[in-house]
Amino acid sequence: MTTYLLKRILLLIPLMFGITLITFSVIHLAPGEPVEMQMAMNPKVGKEARERLTKFYGLDKPLHEQYLSWVGKLARLDLGRSFSPDGRPVKDKIKERLPVTISLNIIALILEFGLAIPIGILAATRRDTWLDKGITVFVFVGFAVPTFWLALLLMYLFGVRLGWLPISGLHTLGSDSWGTLHYLWDMAKHLVMPVMVASFGSLAGLSRYMRSAMLNVISQDYITTARAKGLPERVVIYKHALRNALLPLITLLGFSIPGLIGGSVIFETIYAIPGMGQLFYQGVMSRDYPVVMGILVIGAFLTLLGNLIADLCYALADPRIRHGEG
Amino acid sequence: MVFRHSYLYSIFWPRLKRNRLALFGGAVVLALFLISLAAPLIAPYDPNAINAWKVLSPPSWQNWFGTDELGRDVLSRVLFGARISLKVGFVAVGIAVTIGTVIGLLSGYYSGAVDSVLMRLVDIMLCFPAFFLILAVITFLEPSIWYIMIVIGLTGWMGVARLVRAETLSIREMDYIMAARCIGCSNARIIFRHILPNAVSPVLVSATLGVAGAILTESALSFLGIGVQPPTPSWGNILTSGKDYIEFAWWLSLFPGLAILVTVLAYNLLGEGIRDALDPRVKR
Repeated sequence: MTTYLLKRILLLIPLMFGITLITFSVIHLAPGEPVEMQMAMNPKVGKEARERLTKFYGLDKPLHEQYLSWVGKLARLDLGRSFSPDGRPVKDKIKERLPVTISLNIIALILEFGLAIPIGILAATRRDTWLDKGITVFVFVGFAVPTFWLALLLMYLFGVRLGWLPISGLHTLGSDSWGTLHYLWDMAKHLVMPVMVASFGSLAGLSRYMRSAMLNVISQDYITTARAKGLPERVVIYKHALRNALLPLITLLGFSIPGLIGGSVIFETIYAIPGMGQLFYQGVMSRDYPVVMGILVIGAFLTLLGNLIADLCYALADPRIRHGEG
Repeated sequence: MVFRHSYLYSIFWPRLKRNRLALFGGAVVLALFLISLAAPLIAPYDPNAINAWKVLSPPSWQNWFGTDELGRDVLSRVLFGARISLKVGFVAVGIAVTIGTVIGLLSGYYSGAVDSVLMRLVDIMLCFPAFFLILAVITFLEPSIWYIMIVIGLTGWMGVARLVRAETLSIREMDYIMAARCIGCSNARIIFRHILPNAVSPVLVSATLGVAGAILTESALSFLGIGVQPPTPSWGNILTSGKDYIEFAWWLSLFPGLAILVTVLAYNLLGEGIRDALDPRVKR
């Protein structure tokens, strides 16, 4: 176990290095200069000012020097300063946005797993009944629904037609002065639609996965044994089968992180939620290199970390791995 | 293509034919091909014809899907949008499959250092939220449909690479490869002539599913305003105006979204059907 852990952690180093290299080259090999963007706003700025700005951002140095200085700073957890007029450190910008996206995604994940596990069990235990078929249809449709379209439809239904839910932001203007309970209630109302959209995307895939994991387990000999012993079906399914069927979901949890972060661009821009996705979109639109690179690297590192944790949890949860050599 | 004729006719096709959902998917895909070919003939109006008298009019007998904020016919725009989605789907997946297959073949055949380097590259690429990476590159380039297809392709080859590598690893150990080596075949000949045709069938499934994914990605990009640029109609950019006019014009949001839904559903059903038909363990 310890050697396994050590190996995994050592492997992180080249991966992290590769992530920084790809991030840097993706951003810097693309044509166009961030300075051009700022100049376009103000045509009066002369050539000299442009050069000064380029120099200020360090864009006049050769690429490898820029890369080394960026990675060097990165190693000291310094992501540089934003190119936007406020010029704030990227780290601060991400720090205030990350909790929003992460907590939103955690709520969505809980909802997703909370729904997908029972749906999957239901479909697997009632295999080939109308219920299973109905769930299969739902799953296929769920796969095919574009999340931004779903977001629009919900917005139309709950926001415009019924007027039940607010359609943008996290708070109502002036909600700061309300009581705590009222404030939280207001925020919860703002969160309903984004959470629905965020969880719907993977709900279909997850329940499908749960179904096949369950089917896989049910067909094994030890389940037949449990049934032959005369255990009630409820105990067979929920006590014996479920535990093993849940194991592969742990790995899936790690894999789902990049999708969750990537998906946040869509619903955060639609519902105007001040999270990482929105920050990234704004950064990309204004060619704010440090912000874009910072978020790309952080997103990838989070995935790396998520996968590592998922693998460790898997090892801890599965006695066959826990007690084996590895 | 990759299948021997006897296999194609005696096993694959009969199995696929029995799967009604897959046939439905295949029929829709075929219909979409015809629609994109015949779009100028079947569209009731010019998709870009502006009509100031009919701005944002709801669905009617003249305009089945209503009109948009410039009075353009939404049905005609949706029909022409099929062209974009089809093109993006196939070119992007073509790029992804080519890169993935080559990397998977090299990785599986040579193993050792080549394998570790290439597979680490796959791991690294899989760490990035793909949509972020696509967004970052696309916005830094001139807006063009070709760049969109290339970038979606460049960020979507990893799954294919892993699949082909796994196939190659097992094929490499087979006797006929040993025989090929004994009679002096070059590595390149063994890889492309003897391994490739046998390693490529599982790719068919992920390619079909990949088309669906690429269509979704393109529509999301166009929706955000960095994909296909107006006035060229794409399902995603019709939905952008759907968002802007959501309070007055539900039809602008409903119909292009349904078009995406049906298309993606069809490719997914077809892909799953092919998977089942190729899988010897599935009996139907």
